[in-house]
Amino acid sequence: MSKGLWLLCLLLCWTGVQAGQTSEENRAVVVGSKNFGESYLLAEIAAQVLEAQGYMVTRQFGLGGTLICYEALKNGEIDLYPEYTGTLSQAVLNLPGNPTRQQINQALQADGLELLSEYGFNNTYAVVVRDAQAAALGLERIGDLQGTQLAFAFSHEFLRREDGWPGLAQRYGLSQPVTGIEHALAYQAMDDQAIDVTDAYSTDGELQRYRLRILQDDLGYFPEYRAATLVQANASLELRSALAGLHNMLNESQVQALNAKVALQGLGFAEVAAVFIGDNSARLGVAKLQRGDGQTAWSQQAWVVELWGHFLRHLQLTGTALLAAISIGLSLSLLVYRRRRLAAGLVYFCGLMQTVPSLALLALMIPVFGIGFVPAIIALFLYSLLPIVRNAITALANTDPTLVKVSMALGLGPWEQLRYLRLPLATPAIFAGIRTAAVISIGTATLAAFIGAGGLGEPIVVGLSLNDTDMILRGAIPAAVLAILVEIAFGALERRVSPPQ
Amino acid sequence: MSAEKQQPDVAVAFNDVAKSFGSLDVFCGLTLSLPKDQTTAIVGTSGSGKTTLLQMINGLEKPDTGGVEVFGQQVPTQGLEVFRRGIGYAVQGAGLFPHLTAQQNVTLVAQLEGWPEPRMQARFDELLRAVGLAADVATRLPRQLSGGQQQRLGICRALMLQPPILLLDEPFSAVDPITRLGLYESFEQVRETTPATTVLVTHDLREAKRLAEFMVILDAGEVVQSGAPAEVLAHPASPYAERLIESQLS
Repeated sequence: MSKGLWLLCLLLCWTGVQAGQTSEENRAVVVGSKNFGESYLLAEIAAQVLEAQGYMVTRQFGLGGTLICYEALKNGEIDLYPEYTGTLSQAVLNLPGNPTRQQINQALQADGLELLSEYGFNNTYAVVVRDAQAAALGLERIGDLQGTQLAFAFSHEFLRREDGWPGLAQRYGLSQPVTGIEHALAYQAMDDQAIDVTDAYSTDGELQRYRLRILQDDLGYFPEYRAATLVQANASLELRSALAGLHNMLNESQVQALNAKVALQGLGFAEVAAVFIGDNSARLGVAKLQRGDGQTAWSQQAWVVELWGHFLRHLQLTGTALLAAISIGLSLSLLVYRRRRLAAGLVYFCGLMQTVPSLALLALMIPVFGIGFVPAIIALFLYSLLPIVRNAITALANTDPTLVKVSMALGLGPWEQLRYLRLPLATPAIFAGIRTAAVISIGTATLAAFIGAGGLGEPIVVGLSLNDTDMILRGAIPAAVLAILVEIAFGALERRVSPPQ
Repeated sequence: MSAEKQQPDVAVAFNDVAKSFGSLDVFCGLTLSLPKDQTTAIVGTSGSGKTTLLQMINGLEKPDTGGVEVFGQQVPTQGLEVFRRGIGYAVQGAGLFPHLTAQQNVTLVAQLEGWPEPRMQARFDELLRAVGLAADVATRLPRQLSGGQQQRLGICRALMLQPPILLLDEPFSAVDPITRLGLYESFEQVRETTPATTVLVTHDLREAKRLAEFMVILDAGEVVQSGAPAEVLAHPASPYAERLIESQLS
């Protein structure tokens, strides 16, 4: 049994070392984005504009929401990301009405952040319905929804935001029940007529594709969401001037067109951004890009190679977290299994960790650990603890009492009793716990992409933001296969190292 | 262990021992001496306190008041591991570790004691011969052995370190009658080769009569009679002893 454990530790150590080596990152400029298409696109434009001016850019795209991006910028984990005035004033700063950029920047001072000049368009929230249904029911304004029997489903963020559903329902007197839905899935759900009313961004390329109608906000409920680059207040003059060309670069219809290229034509962000920059190089203040060079190479990089990278990263994430959970979880179990109360307390704590929603846990960790590899590892570690600790404690504490008595009568001390009796008999249960933990963390690690830790979650997050099923599967299938392989491998290892009984 | 303190022929002495589990009083002032170099059978019905009495000898149970002496030495509260290695212990069902082979089970404690390999092997072979087991059981796991073989190995394990005293908690009761007869013969043979003080807990009077030189009848934590088995069986001194004998031997 000890041989097997050693083997396992060695294997996990190796993945840990690998992880340490590849997590070296060039910190020249780190550009972040949220996990929806337009944010990717704007961030990619900013990144390429910077690259065209000689910057080394690291992309931390697809971060899981406003809070994660904002905290990551505040903590210096990223240097900039595209943000919207309305999001800042409503969801972060609690400013009423439609404040100006100057007013927003005043409020941002406390966090040491600054919003650079705006890109030139307003991407506000919109309430949308299917064209056909709008025509049939005569829906034109949001107020027309009053008293209808339609199925309302809004994105989770919209449901919670102050400028989202609660205020909207109040302003327009809407009392229909609502459900939550992932934004990227909402269009499909609309198309399938599974839902009838949802929130959208007014610049979404999908609005045309799915024939959706924006209902007029005649009471002027939604604040303005003017896009601009959010940076740290102490950003260098050099960086500011490098980004100056983004000022007024796009209007609403141009953004819709760019978004549609990605969402409807299935072009890569990098390609769409490169074409846009190429067509507007003078206005953006960059040299004309040589088409067909680096940019197209990036977008056409063989996806298998990319996938292999995600796969290895996924292994590193789960392997390192699992190694930590095994060493710390087993040590704690060995320390406390004889003390019933302490053991119960430990199992309770691990169970508590399991109940914290994974995105919430990741967000909670940013102020302390930032974003990227480390907090992802810690979150996965916390999720892996429960099966390991619970199985180990249960198995160690419930050794056949007759055998325990015999071992004492033979003159075995506590350590010898553990070494020669309890531990060997508990090995199958301990391994089963490790196996469960491994499978759980392989699944959970897909969420690590939300805090920029990479892994197989990355194609899933990008795919979700693009409503691109192929891309989602490109992450989901390898993750599932990995989980199955690990399950089988651990099963075999378990049979090898378990004592015969 | 020296025998200077008390009478030289006493192996184990219980001095005014009281012991209870929660509200259940098992012993209230038990005083009893067990003879040295002989086999003592502790006989009684279930719940009479036989096993508790046995386990107070190797410190698995501690008396609430009073003391237990083994060869004149008080059962220690510290360093019980060392003390227990001087006392052989075998139980009903053998209690072999399921993940160790027969040989690993028997030699485990000798290994912990740092015995050299040849000495360990020699002792193991000697014990196997004494209990009438073939050498090929050595590498088998307990589940691959019969109940009788397991029980013999349990006795081998108890005797491995050549302890001066051996505690047996109904080791012959979980096997069929023919196997039991074989076990009796093995036990007798072992005792001839390595004589030791033996305390045998049993509810079987025939077994006591066959194997023991001294017999103690326990009833609800009290010694109702003790002496040579033939003597006790011929002259039961209490209604309980009479009933016990009648139930098994008439």
